Amino acid sequence: MARAASTGAKIGWSALAWAIGLLIFFPILWTILTSFKTEAEAIASPPSLFAFDWTLENYGVVQERSNYVRFLWNSVIIAGGSTLLGIVIAVPAAWAMAFQPTKRTKDILLWMLSTKMLPAVGVLYPIYLICIQLGVLDSKAALVFILMLINLPIIVWMLYTYFREIPGEILEAARMDGASLRSEILYVLTPMAVPGIASTILLNFILAWNEAFWTLNLTAVNAAPLTAFIASYSSPEGLFFAKLSAASTMAIAPILILGWFSQKQLVRGLTFGAVK
Amino acid sequence: MTIRTALCAASTLAICAAGSAFADGHQTTVTIATVNNGDMIRMQGLTDAFTEQHPDIALEWVTLEENVLRQRVTQDIATQGGQFDVLTIGMYETPIWAEQGWLVALDDMGEDYDADDILPAMREGLSYDGTLYAAPFYGESSMVMYRTDLFEEAGIDMPMEPTWQQVADAARQLTDRDAEQYGICLRGKAGWGENMAFITTVGNAFGARWFDEDWNAQADSPEWSEAINFYNDLLTDAGPPGAATNGFNENLALFQQGRCAMWIDATVAASFVTNPDDSEVADSVGFALAPDAGNGKRSNWLWAWALAVPSGSDATEEAKTFISWATSKDYIELVAENEGWANVPPGARTSLYETAEYQDVPFAEMTLNSINAANPSEPTVDPVPYVGVQYVAIPEWQGMGTAAGQEFSAMLAGQQTPEEALQKVQDLFNEEMEAAGYR
Repeated sequence: MARAASTGAKIGWSALAWAIGLLIFFPILWTILTSFKTEAEAIASPPSLFAFDWTLENYGVVQERSNYVRFLWNSVIIAGGSTLLGIVIAVPAAWAMAFQPTKRTKDILLWMLSTKMLPAVGVLYPIYLICIQLGVLDSKAALVFILMLINLPIIVWMLYTYFREIPGEILEAARMDGASLRSEILYVLTPMAVPGIASTILLNFILAWNEAFWTLNLTAVNAAPLTAFIASYSSPEGLFFAKLSAASTMAIAPILILGWFSQKQLVRGLTFGAVK
Repeated sequence: MTIRTALCAASTLAICAAGSAFADGHQTTVTIATVNNGDMIRMQGLTDAFTEQHPDIALEWVTLEENVLRQRVTQDIATQGGQFDVLTIGMYETPIWAEQGWLVALDDMGEDYDADDILPAMREGLSYDGTLYAAPFYGESSMVMYRTDLFEEAGIDMPMEPTWQQVADAARQLTDRDAEQYGICLRGKAGWGENMAFITTVGNAFGARWFDEDWNAQADSPEWSEAINFYNDLLTDAGPPGAATNGFNENLALFQQGRCAMWIDATVAASFVTNPDDSEVADSVGFALAPDAGNGKRSNWLWAWALAVPSGSDATEEAKTFISWATSKDYIELVAENEGWANVPPGARTSLYETAEYQDVPFAEMTLNSINAANPSEPTVDPVPYVGVQYVAIPEWQGMGTAAGQEFSAMLAGQQTPEEALQKVQDLFNEEMEAAGYR
């Protein structure tokens, strides 16, 4: 009886988990399905879930109209560059905060986080003007730097949390064995925190990939990433939902595939230290 | 791979990204900021003809959603960012930006260009102080699109110049909620370019105006009360459910699916609703002028998407060369050759409407008549201190128009009465005008 109840509960929980998972995934599924419909089917009421004439026409039109590879390359450079630059800066910063804390460490961490509380539009004009003055408007360099700054508090916070889980005695032992500060961080600390660093990289890459405020406002032609690619298919006068869905699917496909293959690492990193 | 190698690779990639980006530099191409609509997409597809004629000019396109484009272009032009050489702007922005000195005058486009051929209403709306600052790519007004089959079945005649009362009577008669058929679809979604564009034209027909000659708000006038109550009652009785959130695209979808007996909106919609690939009712659509209320003004607006050169551009001459090509008679013929006469950009040139082939297009005459019936300099029955048919051509209108649109949208959703909405708009407009120094 107890076993039956237990099996019933397991099925119930599994069903609930699947339902929640499907609910969360549904907008993406709907976008992908719409991308294979004609424009007329995309707005049909009632809509059909699978019973429609599947077509690749929208992908053909999008491919013909836009240079997808250029947008994709810009996204890779901007998201990858900003994440890696952020990691290079954040690893020593998080080490200092985790293993050499001062009275003000907590305040500094909170202050860093507080920069995320400022609405981005509040600093749009100053940053826009600075970019004009430096001649870096519509450049990947500006976006790499700005997105790195935006995500740096999250990177530092995440790494700080992971580093705190590592016993300080191990680092002390390394120092006693004559390891320099650089060696201590590179050869002792970093290998132990690889799951945490990997999940931090993945999460921040996703955040930078999806960032749509700065990437839309500071780019035109040369540095426009996939967010600008999607925006170019939105129309207030005309029903181009199927083409917009095709563009969106093409934009999210790389990050979905990356997330799919690295989900084990991502989950492992995000739950690192959660269960002692 | 060791950790050190990984970190070195990370740094190198980041530095390379930065380096390659710094090396991008400024190109001597003409960068065109534009919106994603049918006519603009068509133009992008035909630019090979331009680059063949002008091999020294390369074109780069930045296509954005209308509101994003407006914000991006305003930001760039106000800060002299110089990111764009050709801007796609509307009738609202042109005189305001020209007054600020942000646009290059387009009064020297050459003899072949034939600037006198531009429709007078368009030319006037895109000029400041008598000088043309933006060349119309296509123009539009608004009109009634109706289902000829439903009208025939019900034995109702739709006049070519209907009154609001005739439209309302027909809408109520043709509403069958059980069959999900609604008498009329109108804009309800909040926004200065959405419901406020439509509501302003309803007010124009009913003799209302947003401001008197001294910029005192007039939203509490009996004319506005009559217009807003009429609009609210009509959509409540004969409109689709959720009308408060319907804009152009939502109503287009409803009409194409055969859910609306009438739709009053932009003339550019005619090519969509008569396209059998997208519309279930393509073969049974009729057109009529926007309604009036017996006060000498019709509820039709006037709008143009036009091409302009920002004063910060360093490729002014090349930009003008492109604009003169894209807005020329030759371009219209090029589109006709490739896509057919029904797909040429309408509403910009007089000569188009004199072309025999174009006269056969079912909505051509009604589009021209609708454009000619709109007068942006005298949009209302009583005099006003502003120009603009469906908007007030002052910089503050975007913000205050959208705020007012939210009040009317809330009214349609049943959250407040027409009188409450109008009182809020009255107070808002007076406050804004005072703060901005108009009164």
